[in-house]
Amino acid sequence: MATLAPTAADADPVAGAPAVRLSGIRRAFGDVVAVDGVDLDIPAGEFFTMLGPSGSGKTTTLRVIAGFERPDAGSVELQGVDVTRVAPSQRAVNTVFQDYALFPHMTVAENVEYGLRVKGMSRKDRRSRAEAMLEKVRLPGLGKRKPVQLSGGQRQRVALARAIVNGPPVLLLDEPLGALDLKLRQEMQIFLKALQRDLGITFVYVTHDQEEALTMSDRLAVFNEGRIEQVGAPADVYEHPQTEFVAGFVGVSNVLERGSRRFTIRPEKIRMSDDGAGPGEPGTVREVVYVGMVTRYVVDLDDGGQLVVVRQNLETSSQDALAERGKKVRLSWRPEHTYEIGVDKEEGT
Amino acid sequence: MERRATRVALTAWTVLVVLFLWIPLALILLYAFNKSNVESWPISSFTTHWFHAAWNSEVRSALWLSVRVGLTATGIALVLGSMAAFGVARFRFFGREAISFLLILPIALPGIVTGIALNSAFLAGHILLSTCTIIVGHATFCVIVVYNNVLARLRRSSPSLIEASQDLGADGWQTFRFVIWPVLSTALVAGGLLAFALSFDEVVVTYFTAGAQNTLPLLIFGYIRLGQQLPVVNVIAFAMILVTAIPVLLAQRLVRDAGLVRGAGAAAH
Repeated sequence: MATLAPTAADADPVAGAPAVRLSGIRRAFGDVVAVDGVDLDIPAGEFFTMLGPSGSGKTTTLRVIAGFERPDAGSVELQGVDVTRVAPSQRAVNTVFQDYALFPHMTVAENVEYGLRVKGMSRKDRRSRAEAMLEKVRLPGLGKRKPVQLSGGQRQRVALARAIVNGPPVLLLDEPLGALDLKLRQEMQIFLKALQRDLGITFVYVTHDQEEALTMSDRLAVFNEGRIEQVGAPADVYEHPQTEFVAGFVGVSNVLERGSRRFTIRPEKIRMSDDGAGPGEPGTVREVVYVGMVTRYVVDLDDGGQLVVVRQNLETSSQDALAERGKKVRLSWRPEHTYEIGVDKEEGT
Repeated sequence: MERRATRVALTAWTVLVVLFLWIPLALILLYAFNKSNVESWPISSFTTHWFHAAWNSEVRSALWLSVRVGLTATGIALVLGSMAAFGVARFRFFGREAISFLLILPIALPGIVTGIALNSAFLAGHILLSTCTIIVGHATFCVIVVYNNVLARLRRSSPSLIEASQDLGADGWQTFRFVIWPVLSTALVAGGLLAFALSFDEVVVTYFTAGAQNTLPLLIFGYIRLGQQLPVVNVIAFAMILVTAIPVLLAQRLVRDAGLVRGAGAAAH
């Protein structure tokens, strides 16, 4: 069964090389360019997130790494070995699919064992490995069930066990928590992060949820229209957005133009006081959104533009907060909390 | 109480409907054992003589032809129907909806229209009516049964199953053997059984596409029209109820037990 494509096994991993290196990746579907020149280095052992709205090219990029999409241009390297033309089955990565893709006719244990089975491991060995892995994802004793008998969260963990049982140096996760409810999602975020530290392997995680990206990642890349807008640590990307798109997508878009300066301020860094004398810009509260822990105010500024302000509900009740609508206020902030942003490439289109 | 009254009425209605469906069948089963060759009630004495009489060469050759036609039409349907289902489920192409419509139309059309149309087409093409033309006629509606079953299965199963198998290191053959075949086989068997059952009792289309050949339903039709051999017809009907019921029950069980599931709320990409 010789394949024409070279296999990853032909070359040894290069020590010190990044776990994943993408150079100039481009992939178009007909007239639609899904990925348009993506360069990316992901060092070994990193929890790396690709964040972006749907259609931004993050999932296609993940599929290029897995080998399900062949790029029109560019190359994919895993641990220093060029795998651009290597079949998915020969790549040292495993994937957790968005819809889990569990084999419906197999039991949970058979699903987890699948990768070991096709590699020819003996039944006894793979059974004990699968059991250990089910324990690791906290599903002990469920091996004999069928996927249909599990809850959404349990299926998700079976998909995880099925991928990591093969001991891949890189694990790809395509919006794995998208179908779970909020509480379960938050639990799984903590669990995944702990698992990644425990296994010490590289996670490449795709999500459109900025909160998820900020809480879990060592570094993240913000995707927009097939390109990477910014790469950096969560705090870096959140506090120093380099483009208007990043400012808007990661957090709330608070962009002001004053003179020739365009800058952004995070909503929680703005002080809002009752109108009167004093520093700051005058404005009117247009909208009040009470969200439990905090209240969000949308303020129209007299000098043009609008800002979103977030205040903790320390002493405010919902009635107090809602009563602020229409009030004249003053907004002030420290200059070191504003960040200049470049003019967007997309602007004016 | 009103709710109670409603429930009683509904139960009674259900029982009536079931009786209405099953009494005629039960009657035929009884008549198959009737000693007299005139159907009258009450049955005065019973015999198994007609079972012996029904096993004559005319019936045997009609039965054999029906089986051959059914198997061949089902075979053709399995190949064409699953190929069409794959195409429609997995690819977007110009005219995809049209193909679905074209495939489904023959089963929605009255059999007599299909029959006349095929008959005219065969005559126009100077094709002699034969076993082959019967098979072609039956395949037109068998294809759609297989197509529907396989398409439903493909739509219910996750499109990433094949990718998941490759991702876990399986080669093409392993993916087919361990994933594609097990997922599709029950749908193929269920579709095939239904197709065979449909072909086996088809009268109208067969009538217009057969030459001198007699399938079992055509033979029965002839017997009844001539008013002879009624006891034999009852015996054949008895056998056909059994032969048809078994595959239909099997098919239902297979479809139900397949237990397919895709990840909850799989969002569109």
